[in-house]
Amino acid sequence: MSAVKLFAVRKTLDAKPRLTVSLLSFALPIALWCIVSYVPFIWHPMMEIEQPGSVSYFKEAMLVEKKLFDEEKASALENNLEVPTGVRANPIYLPAPHEVISAFYTSFTTEPRRRSEKWLHESLWDSIQVIFWGFVLSSIIGVPLGILAGTYDFFSRLFEPFIEFFRYLPAPAFGALAVAILGIYQAPKIAIIFIGTFFQQVLVIANTTRKLDNSLLEAAQTLGAKNKSLLFRVVVPGVLPDLYRDMRILLGWAWTYLIVAELIGTSSGITWFITQQARYKNFDNVFAAIIMIGIIGLTFDLLLSTLGKRLFPWQKPEAKI
Amino acid sequence: MNNESEIALQDYRQQSDAVRDRFDRLKQRPVTLEVKALNKVFNTSKGPVTALKNINFKTHKREFVCVIGPSGCGKSTLIRILAGLETPSSGEMLLNGEAVHGPCSDRGMVFQGYTLFPWLTVKRNVMFGLLQSGHGRQAAEEQALQWIELVGLAKFADVYPRQLSGGMKQRVAIARALANQPKILLMDEPFGALDPQTRQKMQSYLLDIWQNIDVTILFITHDLDEAIYLADRILVLKAHPGEVQEVIEVPVPQPRSPQQFLSAEFLATKRRLEELIHPPNEGEAFSTENLNMVRMVHVNDEVPSVF
Repeated sequence: MSAVKLFAVRKTLDAKPRLTVSLLSFALPIALWCIVSYVPFIWHPMMEIEQPGSVSYFKEAMLVEKKLFDEEKASALENNLEVPTGVRANPIYLPAPHEVISAFYTSFTTEPRRRSEKWLHESLWDSIQVIFWGFVLSSIIGVPLGILAGTYDFFSRLFEPFIEFFRYLPAPAFGALAVAILGIYQAPKIAIIFIGTFFQQVLVIANTTRKLDNSLLEAAQTLGAKNKSLLFRVVVPGVLPDLYRDMRILLGWAWTYLIVAELIGTSSGITWFITQQARYKNFDNVFAAIIMIGIIGLTFDLLLSTLGKRLFPWQKPEAKI
Repeated sequence: MNNESEIALQDYRQQSDAVRDRFDRLKQRPVTLEVKALNKVFNTSKGPVTALKNINFKTHKREFVCVIGPSGCGKSTLIRILAGLETPSSGEMLLNGEAVHGPCSDRGMVFQGYTLFPWLTVKRNVMFGLLQSGHGRQAAEEQALQWIELVGLAKFADVYPRQLSGGMKQRVAIARALANQPKILLMDEPFGALDPQTRQKMQSYLLDIWQNIDVTILFITHDLDEAIYLADRILVLKAHPGEVQEVIEVPVPQPRSPQQFLSAEFLATKRRLEELIHPPNEGEAFSTENLNMVRMVHVNDEVPSVF
């Protein structure tokens, strides 16, 4: 494969190199992580103590900064005392890949420390429910409003100026208010996801609706379609594939509001798990949980993308939805 | 124009007895569409621009009228007004004697850009208008299949528009417009985006359909040959403002065939259209003499001159 072919402007790569490059997209960051973790002379700013030697406050398996270790070692040598030994290590907040991989399994099997606390799978399920309800409630209202605003100038003027203003207000700013109104459990979290999604959703969908080829509406009119059937027989089916694509992007945004939402009221879900594990310094579990969010998001998106291809068979196969 | 090399052609108004007789009978037919004192003024930032000025004409039942004119003569505006997609500034349109406003299925339209609904199969596209006008699903389907058969796409009834070629798409669009059985079929440069071979075929197709269906056609084009080949009469517009310059009765006998492209009547009509659309003095602003031509070929080039 020549460089000319690999870097051709706006040309699709052949199937095989295309797959290879896609895999590289994951392999490269993982490789970088492996190098930093496993090659001892790269970074590794700490020392893990093996023998405390004569240094009174050193303990076995303790992590100290390399500079401090070197100073203590030098002073022990000078005074002919027992020399501490250690190996170079990374800070505790950067676990090695194999630790995170094993955490993927162990974090599910580790029993919560307190009886009132939840297992990881329960926390994840809570998070997914918050996202689901926040997004569904937003869509039930937001999609029809967006389509109306994109179709009728009347509704566009009625809704959009206010929404345009409101979307600049950061959703987390409503956290305290949401708790005051809706209590401390799931409801305010769902409200934050709703606020974070809804206003963008109306505007994005209104714009998508406006992009529908006007000549289709004109053609429909010359075929006798009037107001209501123009909306339901032309506008709605005409924008449906693009609308679906918008919804996928918006769902991604909803996930980004999750962490903030879950910190409101009583901390819950995957966020609670992450903060709790960070407090116990189980950073391998923290990493595993963060990566799980990514995996759930990506899996869901791929599922929706596959579903989209079945839902809209009239779309060009090369158009990515 | 170089007069020395020009062939002597008959006058375009000279009609054979058969043709004259046919036009006499044609003018006895009931009037389908009558346009009276139609004006269209656009308000632009530079002030009002008159797109159409005092347009008057009639089309008779089952007549084929072409509208032709230089770019900017408002022929597209005219057909959009007739379809009800734009409102005239003044004047009126009568369809079978009744004034019409706004778009309606009694005036079918075929657009240059096909405008098929991409989410509907060929059959569903053709059914669209029938369902709108209150036909039951089954009746609509039966009728739709007949129209699809008529345009020769029976095999493609269940495919989506994106799988069709340009010519096929336009045939579906014609079937879709005809399925409503409009009183007049408005066609806005429908074959403009097609390649010459497909275009030629589509013209013959359209003539076949027109001969077999009760429909009056108003066809916009900028192609002189197309206008002469298809039309009973040609409405020639001029630009700035768009006005009717002449209504030409095409002297080429019916039924038409591609062999007539070189007939004396055909060429005579074409010369007249050329005169009207590209008047001899109009080209001055853009004549080759005004272009500042500099020789950009090397003196010792392998091919120093094209002659």
